[in-house]
Amino acid sequence: MSTIYIMWLRQLKRYFRSKPRMIGSLGQPLIFLLAFGFGFGKIYSQAGRGDYLQFLAPGVISMAILFTSVFAGIEIIWDRQFGFLKETLVAPVPRLHIMIGRTLGGATVALFQGVIVFGLACLFGFRPELKALPLTLVFMFLIAVLFTAFGTALASQLNDMQSFPLIMNFLVMPLFFLSGAMFPLEGLPRGMALVTALNPLSYGVDGLRMSLGLASFYGWGLDLAVLSLSSAFLLVVGGYLFSKIQI
Amino acid sequence: MPKPIIEVENLTKKFGPFTAVNGISFSVEKGRIFGFLGPNGAGKTTSIKMLTTLLKPTSGRVLLDGHDPAADQAGVRRTFGIVFQDPSLDDELTAWENMEFHGVLYKVPPGLRKKRVEELLKVVELWDRRGDLVKQFSGGMKRRLEIARGLLHHPLILFLDEPTVGLDPQTRNHIWSYIKNLNRREGITVFFTTHYMEEAERVADQVTIIDHGRILARGTPAALKKKARAKSLEQAFIRLTGHSLRDEEASDIEHLRMARKMWRR
Ligand SMILES: Nc1ncnc2c1ncn2[C@@H]1O[C@H](COP(=O)(O)OP(=O)(O)OP(=O)(O)O)[C@@H](O)[C@H]1O
Ligand SMILES: [Mg+2]
Repeated sequence: MSTIYIMWLRQLKRYFRSKPRMIGSLGQPLIFLLAFGFGFGKIYSQAGRGDYLQFLAPGVISMAILFTSVFAGIEIIWDRQFGFLKETLVAPVPRLHIMIGRTLGGATVALFQGVIVFGLACLFGFRPELKALPLTLVFMFLIAVLFTAFGTALASQLNDMQSFPLIMNFLVMPLFFLSGAMFPLEGLPRGMALVTALNPLSYGVDGLRMSLGLASFYGWGLDLAVLSLSSAFLLVVGGYLFSKIQI
Repeated sequence: MPKPIIEVENLTKKFGPFTAVNGISFSVEKGRIFGFLGPNGAGKTTSIKMLTTLLKPTSGRVLLDGHDPAADQAGVRRTFGIVFQDPSLDDELTAWENMEFHGVLYKVPPGLRKKRVEELLKVVELWDRRGDLVKQFSGGMKRRLEIARGLLHHPLILFLDEPTVGLDPQTRNHIWSYIKNLNRREGITVFFTTHYMEEAERVADQVTIIDHGRILARGTPAALKKKARAKSLEQAFIRLTGHSLRDEEASDIEHLRMARKMWRR
């Protein structure tokens, strides 16, 4: 437990000490809210689907969480390069605890970032139902855990930042765009429906929408199940990959 | 004869076609201060990494207090503490937070932790700077903090990979007398490398000289000096390895390695 706690605390300290990073990572969600929320909004409502911002905001919140999480996970590459990773690796603690501690730390940071974006969206006119707010936070946190674990597990296998653009463009971007964050999941062409159904982020966005009073596509039970199971799976995989790291 | 706490048999590490450590065997008895000496690129750090679960040997066997890293990594990790040759601090944390992190990872009870952190930060003269971020420290200050951190949890075996590199003589003496004291008081076994021969001569009970991944000589400093008919360990070292420890005769590649090391500090 103490291992998990201290790893978690370290991530938080690093994050809150780096103000440029906190502010910088708000840029992208802001642009999405403005450009798409207001730019596309008209077409969307003309198609008779209502106010696009109400639909889009949960997607943008998920996006903020997704990016912050993956970044937080990938940060382990810096630890490797600056040498701190060695200090953690020789410690007499279970690899799974290291993995869980790191993940929870990154996920807490991502959740925090998601909450800020939530607030910003409300400033722009996002008016969700807040009856199920705890559930909203649960979904936000699960998305955060899932993708921090994903980033950490992935980056544990990388030696430097060279593959970083590859990861952003071929993994994170598709995860975001093929998730129903930007468009409704109903009535998609079959191939697209399959791809979105295989993307765990779809369930996160879907659950988040449902908890905010919007329609759910998969149903929240399935959403919760997919998110928790894939998180647990990635944590175990990450713990295993950690035990294989050589320096 | 006391039972060895470190046993190494035919330990080998290959990086591709290159053999960095070539079938070395040795053992260290409990409570000894063991100097592992050799020129740049001799294979010292690679050996330490294999002893401390950071690197898998290509072949051969290691036992630390009876635990085999191939079978029981957790058991091995409970036996040792280490000061790495390369930087290993979190720059974004303060000196005190780095110590605290280590203390919690190694489950040093809070009361004892507080006491030792204060004591050690005072020994390395960083107590007044404990609240500063490590990224604001000089190279020597970072090194001192790493040493303090390595001494925090009083392991059975302490690995020190060139612990005193870049430190002024006074600090070096200070730190070594603390370590010797720890060794005497608590029976901690110390396994260290250094490029300062007079340091090795002064503190080591036993030295082993390695070059090109092979052990060239072993014994007490006095015995090695006698064997090489040398006045100092430095001279003995030069006679045994055929070249000096310092980089004057080092190849271009070693120069590059040294330069890289400087940059990373
Ligand atoms: N990851 C690696 N891949 C390839 N070669 C390596 C690797 N690590 C070390 N080597 C090589 O193995 C040899 C031994 O390196 P090692 O770091 O063990 O030397 P050392 O005795 O610690 O030297 P120094 O006194 O400079 O620290 C060197 O020739 C080095 O280039
Ligand atoms: Mg070395």
